[in-house]
Order: sequence, then C-alpha cells, then structure tokens
Amino acid sequence: MEPQSCVKIKQEWDIVKARQLGRDIAREVGFGTVDQARIATTISELARNIYLYAEDGEICFEVSEESGHKGILISSVDTGPGIENLSQVMEDGYSTSGGLGAGLPGVKRLVDKFDIESETGKGTQIQAVKWLR
Amino acid sequence: MRIPILKLHDYLLISIQTEIDDNTAIQFQEDLLDKIHTTGSTGVVIDLTSVEIIDSFIAKVLGDVVSMSDLMGAKVVLTGIQPAVAVTLIDLGVHLKNVPTALDLEQGLLKLHRELGE
Repeated sequence: MEPQSCVKIKQEWDIVKARQLGRDIAREVGFGTVDQARIATTISELARNIYLYAEDGEICFEVSEESGHKGILISSVDTGPGIENLSQVMEDGYSTSGGLGAGLPGVKRLVDKFDIESETGKGTQIQAVKWLR
Repeated sequence: MRIPILKLHDYLLISIQTEIDDNTAIQFQEDLLDKIHTTGSTGVVIDLTSVEIIDSFIAKVLGDVVSMSDLMGAKVVLTGIQPAVAVTLIDLGVHLKNVPTALDLEQGLLKLHRELGE
C-alpha cells in the first residue's frame, strides 16, 4: 500500500486539481484512457458534491493492491450537513441543486466498488474503487 | 479564463483546448449567447477534441447552451467528442439526446450547412 495523497476541496478550482491528480495517479498505475476518464469523472463528481453541499472536505487517493489485484481507491470525506435520505440520492435524476441528478448513481456505475456512509449533521464518507483489468 | 469564440462568415467556431472548470463553463455560456446576439450568427460549432473529461455539470452546461442558442435561432453542433468521454458520459447516465453532434469540425460544418439549408 502506497502513501495517500489528498486534495482539500474549498474552492471551485480544487475540483479540477483533484481530478488532474487522480488522473495522473491512474495513468501511473497503468489504467487505459477510458478508465482514466472514468476515474477523473468520478473524482470530479465527488469533489463537486463536497464543494456544493459541504464546503469543507477532501478527496484522497490510494493505490491499493489486494490479493494481486491492483487498483485505485478514491475516498471523499466531508464534514458537511450529511445526506438525509441516502436511497433517494442514489436514484437517477434526483437533484437538489438543479443539476442532472446523475452524480452519485452515475459514479456508482463508473467504478467497481462504491460505499457511502452519511450522518446528518456530521458529514459524508464515500469510498470508490476501480480495479486495473 | 475565457474560451475564445471565432467568427467565420455566418458561423461561430469554438475549440475548447483547456481543462474546463465550472466558472469557465458558465462564462463560456454567457459569452457565446452574447456573441450570437451581436454577430447574428446562425450556426455554431463547439469542438471538444481536446477535452479529456466531461462530468455531469459540464454536460449540463453544454446541453443548456445548445437549447439556449436554439431559442435565439442559432444551431449548435458539438464535435470531436473523444471515445473515452463518450463511454464515460453513457456510464454516468448522461445521454445528451437532443444535442446535435458530429465526428469532427469538418463534419460539423457540413451538418450545419445541411440543417440551415445553405
């Protein structure tokens, strides 16, 4: 397991910084262009959620190797208001911000593993993993 | 950061060469509508060949600018969407169904010519 690298999400431009760093790591790990785009898009969606709803949080990356399987682990941690109805935000088309509502359910389709935990008033933690094929 | 908009006869040409952040995208939306208004352009090609990532927000801005331009009487064609970007958008569940697209700038201009009956 390699050391973590993190990007704090405070300003809008941090979304771009996070997805650029994530893409660079994905390229180093050996992901192809399509998976690099999937990973960068995942990061962009997660970072935007922090920026829009939580105002304070970070995106971290870890290169993970589990039983000979190499992959990238993306985690998003914020201390925002949390999500009241988790099942609702995981539905396609649901949005409170006037967006496309593609965010979280879309991200779930872009990665191989997706876990979300949220507590109202405390914050939200998301872990997404993409394995190298 | 501003995305340059070039005028060519009745058309406007845009090639997005930089990483698009949210502000740049919103600014571009306004700039394009202004430019359509001041030039009276009837067709617009937005070339995305150099764009490596389109997330749900950028996709919404692009889809919206197509509809907005349409309201003003200008047809917009998006061109050069990369294979990886196309795959990612569909995975994400963003289909951009009513957005005219073409393979590249050349095809995009041809499509505008046909649609505008010139």
